[in-house]
Amino acid sequence: MSATTDPDTASFNSEAAATRKVAPFLVMPSIAVLLAWMIVPLVMTLWFSFQYYNLIDPSARGFAGIDNYAYLVTDPDFWVSLRTTLVLLASVLVITVGFGTLLAVLFNQPFPGRNIARVLAISPFFVMPTVSALIWKNLLMHPIYGVFGALASTIGIQPVDWFAQFPLASIIAIVSWEWLPFALLILLTAVQSLDHEQKEAARMDGAGPLAQFFFITLPHLSRAIGVVIMIETIFLLTVFAEIFVTTSGGPGNATTNLAFLIYARALLQYDIGGASAGGVVAIILANIVAFFLVRSIARRLEV
Amino acid sequence: MRETPMQRLLSFILGWGTALLLFFPIAWMVLTSFKSERDATSPNLFFTPSLDSYHEVFARADYLSFALNSIVISVGGTVLALLFAIPAAYSMAFHPTRRTRGTLLWMLSTKMLPPVGVLVPIYLLFRTAGLLDTRSGLIAIYALMNLPIVVWMLFTFYKEVPNEILEAGRMDGAKTAGEVWFLLLPLTLPGVASTGLLSLILCWNEAFWSLNLTSAGAAPLTAFIASFSSPEGLFFAKLSAASTMAVAPILVFGWFSQRQLVQGLTFGAVK
Amino acid sequence: MRVTNELPVEGQITEGKPKMIRVSQGGVAAAISGAALLLAGASAARADSTITIATVNNGDMVVMQKLSSEFEKQHPDIHLRWVVLEENVLRQRVTTDIATKAGQFDILTIGNYEVPIWAKQGWLAAMDNLPASYDVDDLLKPVRAGLTYEGKLYGLPFYGESAMTYYRTDLFKKAGIKMPEAPTYEQIRGFADKITDKANKIYGMCLRGKPGWGENMAYVTSLVNAEGGQWFDMQWKPAIDSAAWHKAITFYDDILKADGPPGATSNGFNENLALFASGHCGMWIDATVAGGMLYDKKQSSVADKVGFAPMPTGAFVGAPTWLWSWNLAIPASSKQQEAARTFVTWATSKEYIQLVAKTNGWVSVPPGTRVSTYENADYQKAAPFAGFVRKAIEVANPNGQTQQPRPYQGAQFVAIPEFQGIGTQVGQTIAGTLTGQTTVDQALKSAQAATERTMHQAGYPKN
Repeated sequence: MSATTDPDTASFNSEAAATRKVAPFLVMPSIAVLLAWMIVPLVMTLWFSFQYYNLIDPSARGFAGIDNYAYLVTDPDFWVSLRTTLVLLASVLVITVGFGTLLAVLFNQPFPGRNIARVLAISPFFVMPTVSALIWKNLLMHPIYGVFGALASTIGIQPVDWFAQFPLASIIAIVSWEWLPFALLILLTAVQSLDHEQKEAARMDGAGPLAQFFFITLPHLSRAIGVVIMIETIFLLTVFAEIFVTTSGGPGNATTNLAFLIYARALLQYDIGGASAGGVVAIILANIVAFFLVRSIARRLEV
Repeated sequence: MRETPMQRLLSFILGWGTALLLFFPIAWMVLTSFKSERDATSPNLFFTPSLDSYHEVFARADYLSFALNSIVISVGGTVLALLFAIPAAYSMAFHPTRRTRGTLLWMLSTKMLPPVGVLVPIYLLFRTAGLLDTRSGLIAIYALMNLPIVVWMLFTFYKEVPNEILEAGRMDGAKTAGEVWFLLLPLTLPGVASTGLLSLILCWNEAFWSLNLTSAGAAPLTAFIASFSSPEGLFFAKLSAASTMAVAPILVFGWFSQRQLVQGLTFGAVK
Repeated sequence: MRVTNELPVEGQITEGKPKMIRVSQGGVAAAISGAALLLAGASAARADSTITIATVNNGDMVVMQKLSSEFEKQHPDIHLRWVVLEENVLRQRVTTDIATKAGQFDILTIGNYEVPIWAKQGWLAAMDNLPASYDVDDLLKPVRAGLTYEGKLYGLPFYGESAMTYYRTDLFKKAGIKMPEAPTYEQIRGFADKITDKANKIYGMCLRGKPGWGENMAYVTSLVNAEGGQWFDMQWKPAIDSAAWHKAITFYDDILKADGPPGATSNGFNENLALFASGHCGMWIDATVAGGMLYDKKQSSVADKVGFAPMPTGAFVGAPTWLWSWNLAIPASSKQQEAARTFVTWATSKEYIQLVAKTNGWVSVPPGTRVSTYENADYQKAAPFAGFVRKAIEVANPNGQTQQPRPYQGAQFVAIPEFQGIGTQVGQTIAGTLTGQTTVDQALKSAQAATERTMHQAGYPKN
């Protein structure tokens, strides 16, 4: 580096001190733009959430008090949708982290064509959610002209009507398919960085493969698992396209999550007041989830 | 490694089995894109392949202009996010304050708001700012959207850099900017690269803002897809062809950069 | 410096080669300025008028987009930019735009649901002073009425549809039954039971089941009207928990459970079309636009076995049945009113229909808009279902009365802004009865309560 023979090293002390003063402010541009991004819409959302404001019927404007919130919270589907949101989140997390870990260990074993197999396995991550949902719904899971139905028929089983019999499970399957590759990718890198000597030592001590997995690999992965959970949570709380394309939140309210509820109750009829109240509720939920998540994970991430 | 042949065989079968299973829906989509619309409604494996759907898709939409928009917007959004995130992550990693942890969490929680709830406020802002249907508008929104994740991932990479290296640099008189450019960036380049790749993929697949904030000028491939999904009439073959075309660039790119992505991630976030 | 204006990227990289860091700074700067150049290019001013047309991706509109080069040839000073999206995305997109007066579009493709609601808000430009050659009296009356607000037209119909009954002539012959000229729902139920053959994946009746105001509720609303029910009474009180609704939903559930295909709750128009076209449905009651597709050998394996009949009737004959039209409208905020109007009148004219007939054949012309189309002998020959469609549109009666008087208009929808949300919510509840999640009784009670809530929140009754 050019700095090594810099003539004015004499002033390094004061400059290092300056660095210490300046550095904390480097975070400011990010915070400032994020603040703007967050605060401006947030303030607008908060403001609208206390207003009667229907985009299609501008005649009825005015202060609404807590009407919009009351409307949402007293909706019998509201609590169901919260539960659905959390069930969806938890199930997909368990599935992707669980299978992701197993697959990461598997894809770390040497076998012929491993690199190609890896590439195939991570591919679903690159497909857009709408497309995934349409493919799964029409080409795979449809009981009459889907592949699964055809397979079931050839072995003599009645094809399953997935979205009617197991609506939420079907959504979970699609979303898991989209996110499993991501978990695999992150966890694989973590497995690869596992110290070989550590493993060898354990093997010398007579630890079997299972013991190795539970006492060496898994603890080593905890931080990577934290990363996966954190990033996936962000996206799973707002799953929308997959539900919209396949079940439209039904049958009944079986697959209505909070994002879909806000869409159906408010945005579909352009009730901006209601949609804003929904948005505020979603932010609160997000922060509660984030709080618990972070308490359990953050320590591991050494934040 | 002293795996027995049996173990290797088992890994081979399991590994390829799951890989093919996970890839199957995509393979099926590609296969369907070569079917006629009539054949596409049956799970039949035997059909006369044709390029009709691709011809139709090309005739109806200017694929290249959509693809170009996708590339410009995704790359632009990612570069912009990195520009903001690098100093921020640096500052948080090496000069933490009592509020650092809270700031980081707050940044991440901004990502958890469902976009449907804020469509209208954002639309009004964009209208006022004249950003509707512009690439710069989408670049800005993507940068902001991915900023929290980018900051956080970079932060985890930077945490891995021993403080002594920076101390040594300071002894040599490196200034703050120099510290970042000369010391930190080269050290963490793989991490920065894989963060960028991740952000690129997320931008490419984002389908809410890209559909709602563009019309004819800046519409990316997600809009191209939306012009082939769910019309009145059969559309599975055409949709498959359009999807194959929309997914192909990022898939090929992902395949080539996969090693890079893994290498970079190994360094930081997940070590 | 070798740096030129055209090649800033190359120049800087060559200049900065010895210093690695400079390269990446230069690269970033170049990338940004490159993006800026591209942006500038995209928004470069054009001398002539350029109009942006937002439309749905249905077949007839795709044809319009293809044939629009003819228009541009005739009008070299008007340039067209197309935004083609699927229906739901497009609706959300244009509604947001027009309601916030952002003015991204000069021509909108909207349904007869939106036209009167938006016209009332003053968002649409009236289509008056149409040239005599346009022959506005040639438009089918019910379609025209649906686009009229306070005596003025606010959109011109591009294509229109009602609904009818499709059935498989071969299956009917095999079962020894004959479709009457005006079937009733009772008869239909009997036929469905007779032709269902689940072992061979033939299902007597396919109906929409996917929740949504424009999906299952379009059919259910029509069915409820036919059984003498309605959505609201004259005081805007929801009338869902009523005998007519019970009868209608019970019929709907029973026939789909006994004779319907599996997966009914995720079948919308397209899924049912695919099922019928691949030979899995014995009967199907849905939009008339499917006629052309089922009749097309490239799409349908039952093209020579499709029969047509009117929509079945229930307890209240003469109820509003089904009328939908896709229309071209011009936002009042458009700055290119004249150019936009030129295009709209072209795309909905008799000449345009002739042009489609000439290039794609008569069977492909946009249906359901003009009397002259239906009186054309070539069209009658090419589309044997044409008579049914015209009749269906003429009796659709969207502005007529239900058995009890009603305060709203619309055949298979309720022409108030709140209906999209209400319809989708009730649609979910109805779908729940198909899977046995709830009984009809419970479902209608909860739909009634939910709709009351929504109407109250929306401030009804309004005066």
